[in-house]
Amino acid sequence: MQHRPPLARIAAGLYRRHQLALWLLLGPPMLWLGVVYLGSLLSMVWQSAYGFDDFSMQVVPELTLANYRALLDGSNLDIVLRTLGMAVAVTLGCAALAFPIAYYIARHTSGTLKSALYASVMLPMWVSYIVKAYAWTLILAQGGLVYWASDALGLRGALEALLELPVIGGSSLSTSNLGRWFVFVYVWLPYMILPVYAAIERVPENLLQASADLGARPAQTFRSVILPLTFPGVAAGSIFTFSLTLGDYIIPQLIGPSGYYVGTMVNTLHGSVGNLPMAAAFTVVPIVIIGLYLALARRFGAFDAL
Amino acid sequence: MSAAIELQDVTRSFGAVDAVSGVSFAVADGEFFSMLGPSGSGKTTCLRLIAGFDLPTRGHILLSGADASSLPPYERDVNTVFQDYALFPHLSVLENVAYGLRMRGVAAADRAKRSEAALEQVALGGMGGRRPSQLSGGQRQRVALARALVNQPRVLLLDEPLGALDLKLREQMQVELKSLQRQLGITFVYVTHDQSEALSMSDRVAVFNRGRIEQVAPPRVLYAAPRTVFVAGFVGTANIVTAERAKRWTGRDRPVAIRPEHIRVGAPPGDQPSTSGTLVDVLFQGPVSRLAVDTEVGTLSVSVGSHAGDGPSTELGATLQLYWPREAMVELEPTEPV
Repeated sequence: MQHRPPLARIAAGLYRRHQLALWLLLGPPMLWLGVVYLGSLLSMVWQSAYGFDDFSMQVVPELTLANYRALLDGSNLDIVLRTLGMAVAVTLGCAALAFPIAYYIARHTSGTLKSALYASVMLPMWVSYIVKAYAWTLILAQGGLVYWASDALGLRGALEALLELPVIGGSSLSTSNLGRWFVFVYVWLPYMILPVYAAIERVPENLLQASADLGARPAQTFRSVILPLTFPGVAAGSIFTFSLTLGDYIIPQLIGPSGYYVGTMVNTLHGSVGNLPMAAAFTVVPIVIIGLYLALARRFGAFDAL
Repeated sequence: MSAAIELQDVTRSFGAVDAVSGVSFAVADGEFFSMLGPSGSGKTTCLRLIAGFDLPTRGHILLSGADASSLPPYERDVNTVFQDYALFPHLSVLENVAYGLRMRGVAAADRAKRSEAALEQVALGGMGGRRPSQLSGGQRQRVALARALVNQPRVLLLDEPLGALDLKLREQMQVELKSLQRQLGITFVYVTHDQSEALSMSDRVAVFNRGRIEQVAPPRVLYAAPRTVFVAGFVGTANIVTAERAKRWTGRDRPVAIRPEHIRVGAPPGDQPSTSGTLVDVLFQGPVSRLAVDTEVGTLSVSVGSHAGDGPSTELGATLQLYWPREAMVELEPTEPV
């Protein structure tokens, strides 16, 4: 037998011992997942059961459910519901906007135009999130682009009327829920467009032909074939928009009315107050909500393409 | 009474290429009409033009006498059975079959009744609750058939529906399709590349080659009297003898086709056309054997019964005399320069 270099012998040995090779490959990432990610998650959940002395502003390492009871208090519950409401509104807004865009690109363009539009959908993701958020504060500000445009088009009255509406309105665009919702939708839109686009592309052409052949007009084919088959794509995209809004803590600080979101509350509790256990308790809330949401999304086929 | 389908000088071009070029034919009501040809010959494109999935570049398509050239598929009284079935994966079998009826606003109870009846007709009664993914290929094919037939279309288009099935199932389905067509009296337009399939099922066959129709005729006529070299070679096997070589027997400047089963081995008993040559190959095919004989007019394929005990010598290299009846030589159109 020829003398083989050591590297070749190791490679051959690994080829025979499949399991060993697998463990060597997966080991480091799994270690990371286990120790760093899961470990910190678990230690944080553990922390959420600690107490906090309001007088000394110190963490009291005794297990207590006081934080979770406090979560059910009026103002804390408001925070959770407010964040949840915005997450749902943003998801609906993104779905409504993303679908026509994705549909147009997928079914009514081809070649260079299609690639260019696809790239332009992804391009905003190259820009830093902070830059985008701050840019929107300028666009929505009193002397900013939107106000200027509404004046130029004579729509100032309509804008003011919109801002008069309860809940979504406010004293100005940049301090209204409408403005905040709009920025959220803008920032998360590519995350909804891409899975929806993929789902639409995956609908086989022959199904659309079969539908037309059987007498369905284009609107009927849309409702009966395209919508049901692309819904898993919408479900997948909604996971992004929902969870990203639920945990966000920057946009609520920059745009919109005062009032804490889960993210900003955690930020304050952790930073200014130092009440780490309460901050951890607040963090567990979106984890649980998203866990439930993922189970629901799975039921609607969001993970079918995997 | 106008024809169920009529194509008038239809051309479909894709850039510089003509997928279909100057095609004209008419399909009578209740006829089983096949479009036969190799891949890329334009038969599927023709089918798509009839269904409405594509529009002709030139020419007209008439359905029951009315110009349908610009009508979308959902306005044509035509239903299609697709090659890959195209069943809706998110609907049950029954819902798939009922789809066309639902699109036309038929009430739910009526829909269910008629769909169930259609499933019974294709021997899938009671399977309505299943999903397409739970069915075998043959079963899916029947669902696709039921889904098209339940709408009672004037014309049924079938795009190589048996291509994905194994031989035995295919043969069984051919018989079923033929009897179904007879029963229902619907006009069938069937696309296939399998000449034996076309011959066994059809009333008439249109042979396609490179976007053009070379011949339209009933199967027996197609076999016994092919018009061109292509048809002679594509439908069954044929010995093609070039015009110069055939001239000595026919006195005409045209190529001829001779079917292998018409050639006899031995000394010609009369003044039949004959030749002799060397046996270069014997192919045992069960009931018959194919002999390949190198002669002065080319290599001839001769079909002999395998039982021939006192028959001709089948030793390779032996010299054999061949003859055939004069009528067995079918005159073909002059070959166009390629």
